[in-house]
Amino acid sequence: MTSVIENLWMPVAPTPLLWLTVTIMAYLVGRFVQRACRNTPLANPVLIAIVIIVAILLVTATSYQTYFGGAQFINFLLGPTTVALAIPLAKNINYVRSNLSSIGVALLAGSVTAIASGVAIVLLMGGSHTVALSIAPKAATTPIAMAVSQEIGGVPALTAALVILGGIVAAIVGQMLLNGFRIKDWRAHGLAAGVAGGGIAAAQVASKDELGAAFAALGIGLNGLLTALLVPLLALVLK
Amino acid sequence: MLFALLVLIGCQLIGELAREAFHLTLPGPVIGMFLLAAILVIRGGKRQRPLPPDLEKTGEALIASMGLLFVPAGVGVVAEADLLRQEWLPIVVALCVSTILSTAVTGGVMHFMMNRPKRPSVDSTLPQGLGEPSHD
Repeated sequence: MTSVIENLWMPVAPTPLLWLTVTIMAYLVGRFVQRACRNTPLANPVLIAIVIIVAILLVTATSYQTYFGGAQFINFLLGPTTVALAIPLAKNINYVRSNLSSIGVALLAGSVTAIASGVAIVLLMGGSHTVALSIAPKAATTPIAMAVSQEIGGVPALTAALVILGGIVAAIVGQMLLNGFRIKDWRAHGLAAGVAGGGIAAAQVASKDELGAAFAALGIGLNGLLTALLVPLLALVLK
Repeated sequence: MLFALLVLIGCQLIGELAREAFHLTLPGPVIGMFLLAAILVIRGGKRQRPLPPDLEKTGEALIASMGLLFVPAGVGVVAEADLLRQEWLPIVVALCVSTILSTAVTGGVMHFMMNRPKRPSVDSTLPQGLGEPSHD
């Protein structure tokens, strides 16, 4: 049975185009499911796509390296898209200007909470030092988080996985959580998504509101900056 | 679209160069984002000149599909399956609790700070949706 599947797959698998197609299709399926569930954040398209693709990779015994050979073209777009977050930011600059002190205080509180609580819980529950260091920068955007993790002796690849998983958690619960506290303002939703959940949670907010997208962009950028400054300090204390 | 791609990738390039030149810990695209925002705000001036339509359209199209761009890196979770399996409990608890806590703290503090009684805020009611911010 496996040899049949291998024979079917081997001639096509090396083609990067295949994995590019699979990635886009899996994400469209994820979006379709979310729409079918009346746009609930619970049906997160990123998570659905990842589950579909991981299942396909496991069934076809395809390595992540082979997969990434095709998927890297999508990954490349992450850079220009991060730059593009400047657009909602610039369009809503007056809102940002008139809320500067609020943004600063909320950012500092949220960033410190994200770093300290992640590390503390891992250590309290008997997790290893390596995992604690890897989880410390998890709320920052992926490239910053990985660089910081490397610098302090964590495992960058594990950190990348945790950033994505944390982002999915934030995208799924963030909106309901804040609505539960009767916080309806998109500025608060956006900033919280950007600070606590990075790009994935930001994507969830950005698809609903432009002002939210602006504050999420700001949250991602500023929290990356703060994490890059704070986590190495914490790592010194831990040693 | 080509003009927009040129601007976006150009800002990313400048960001990367700045990162290398000044040994910054911020990644190139994030530096590029702040750079482009500064350029657009300065270009817009006090009268809020609208953004170049091409850049706005392409940028917003990219942002609308931003979730897709995280899928390749997210699939990389399989590569870390061993460590995740060994210490899954502390990882899952820390990840969920910490993310929920920081979302609540950031959103809560932001909400509290914006609603504290002070000089009348520039805007107490907000456009839900794509309203252009009014200038004061």
